[in-house]
Amino acid sequence: MSSLAIEVQGLVKRFGDRTAVDHVSMRVESGEIAGFLGPNGSGKTTTMRVICGLLTPDEGRGTVLGLDIRRDSERLKREIGYMTQRFSLYEDLTVEENLRFVAGLYGIHSITARVQEQLEALGLTERRNQLAGTLSGGWKQRLALSACVMHRPKVLLLDEPTAGVDPKARRAFWREIHRLSLEGMTVLVSTHYMDEAERCHRINYISLGKLIVSGTVEEVIARAALTTYLVKGGRIEEAENLLRAHPDVDQVAPFGATLHVVGRDAQKLNTAVMAVASATGSRAERSETSLEDAFIRFIGGTGDTQA
Amino acid sequence: MSFSLSRLRSILRKEAIQMRRDRVTFAMMLGIPLMLLILFGFAINTDPKRLSAALVSPAQDRYTRAIVTALELTGYYRFTYPNATASEAERLIARGEVYFVVTIPSDFGSRVERGDTPRILIEADATDPAVASGAISTLRTVAAQALLHERDAENQAAEAARGSLQVIVHRRYNPEGITQYNIVPGLLGVILQMTMVMMTSIALTREIERGTMENLLAMPTTPLEIMLGKILPFFGVGAVQVLVILFAAKVLFGVPFIGSFGLLLAGILIFVLAMVLIGYTISTFSRTQMQAMQLAFFFFLPSILLSGFMFPFGGMPRWAQLLGEVLPLTHFLRLVRAIMLKGAQAPDVARPILALVVIVLAYAVVALLRFRRTLD
Ligand SMILES: Nc1ncnc2c1ncn2[C@@H]1O[C@H](COP(=O)(O)OP(=O)(O)OP(=O)(O)O)[C@@H](O)[C@H]1O
Ligand SMILES: [Mg+2]
Repeated sequence: MSSLAIEVQGLVKRFGDRTAVDHVSMRVESGEIAGFLGPNGSGKTTTMRVICGLLTPDEGRGTVLGLDIRRDSERLKREIGYMTQRFSLYEDLTVEENLRFVAGLYGIHSITARVQEQLEALGLTERRNQLAGTLSGGWKQRLALSACVMHRPKVLLLDEPTAGVDPKARRAFWREIHRLSLEGMTVLVSTHYMDEAERCHRINYISLGKLIVSGTVEEVIARAALTTYLVKGGRIEEAENLLRAHPDVDQVAPFGATLHVVGRDAQKLNTAVMAVASATGSRAERSETSLEDAFIRFIGGTGDTQA
Repeated sequence: MSFSLSRLRSILRKEAIQMRRDRVTFAMMLGIPLMLLILFGFAINTDPKRLSAALVSPAQDRYTRAIVTALELTGYYRFTYPNATASEAERLIARGEVYFVVTIPSDFGSRVERGDTPRILIEADATDPAVASGAISTLRTVAAQALLHERDAENQAAEAARGSLQVIVHRRYNPEGITQYNIVPGLLGVILQMTMVMMTSIALTREIERGTMENLLAMPTTPLEIMLGKILPFFGVGAVQVLVILFAAKVLFGVPFIGSFGLLLAGILIFVLAMVLIGYTISTFSRTQMQAMQLAFFFFLPSILLSGFMFPFGGMPRWAQLLGEVLPLTHFLRLVRAIMLKGAQAPDVARPILALVVIVLAYAVVALLRFRRTLD
């Protein structure tokens, strides 16, 4: 068996005449934390559902831990932990009842002990008798995570686990993900947050159902081949308008009083930015291209074969 | 993956907790049977008694009094206007204040004494045919007997031979024609049908609507376990409802129970199984609880109208009878009425039981086939 935990090739999933996943091939190494990014409706959830056997692909093949995602889906259910995008435990059950239910379905032997252990590990002990529906967003996510790792899966699929969660809770959540990864779990996690993407070993970027790019953060940024300038001071609103209208500038994004200016052609961008800066009395300096800049470039250039 | 009892237990425990917490649904499970029992058992009466009537009798002699007393004794008539004029009576019946106008002409007494055929005019408000039919059917015999009584004893024999034509009405199994005897056992079927189909169809659709189905399917369970987990709790609910209805039948309505209790329970079990499977099938067609409800009502309507619950099955046109034969409620009603009211034994009810078993098997197959193992 290879060291690949997840390997899918040419996956296609259609809903009617809409192709939600379009020939996606993706590999995730054992023990790795793989990020899964892409705009809304790009097919992240659908891909994850196909991987864990909840949807049957129309085309393509895939294995998880060497097991076929079509044929062995029942066996895979015991090896995969899947945390859905929408909270999908029972809101009218308490925290503890939910965990006991899940433990029962996985046939865990000493349910009480394991549930106790999970409650402590995620700091849910005090809320054990609270109805899941009355938990705040952050606690719901913790409960969901704890339910899907209850059976000690080897592969964890997390679908936007930190959507709508405050920064502190997000950080705690990611500490937990790293701990699980150190225990040997392979994690595929989808997210819209750039800082979370940067915490992953590798990231996969999908747009309109097609996998656009995958690699480490540095590789992905390099693939975008962008040049970035920061422009500040002077008549900044005027500078923004001029830059937006300029054909050699691809993106202009204000961050407070600073403009983030991105372009594909370093030479032309340099000329453009310098001209605008001197005309508006602003200062311009080269900067690192961020992951977000790279992604915005990928979204804009989905139809572009160069991307 | 094979069937696992411990997984089924987990699902059952979860369902039980949810059922207990869902106050509204829980209230509905007991509320619906009680409401229907009270409505159908007490309020609705297809053989109404003590209907208001007006009497127009200028003479007001002893013959009139005899007839009025006799009519009132039948229980159908209640003379709220015992001494009305013809025009008053006309207004009363037009306004719906009385259902009947009984007119006894002034020459009534003299005709009786002369031996001529005496005449009484009864006008009935027949806008609702059911209202009038019972009252009218008893009329002739009652009036004739009342007259006989009033005549001289010596003339009695001759008069009896010549005049009164006697109508023999022999109502079997329910000699007094008490509506409740027919309705209350029927209600057993209607109530079980309503609650079982509705609750089961909602229970599964709720998982889909709330998104919990996605999680449930991602965990190792089999369709059979999920299905049984959803279905079995409703057997408990059904058992409670059966007890409530049978208790009410006995204590509130005094419906006789002359058949075998065990046989009735067996029939109920098969019927409930059919209902629950239908509910389950409905849920596999619905995406939201609202849709499930609508589909359930779509199924209730023909069931109530065509099963012989509301209208006598034999009186329906052929096509309606054919449709009725497909409905489980039709067979269940035959079964319950036969066992409770006629004391039928197993061989007597073999046909409805067989029909119910066939329906159960058919829906079990459909339900298992329709179960989605994936979210597609
Ligand atoms: N069950 C379904 N039936 C029909 N279309 C669907 C279904 N599920 C998803 N889609 C469509 O497939 C596409 C991909 O959806 P998907 O949920 O996988 O996107 P996503 O990347 O997870 O988006 P988000 O970031 O908003 O969660 C969307 O256009 C969506 O409308
Ligand atoms: Mg999604």
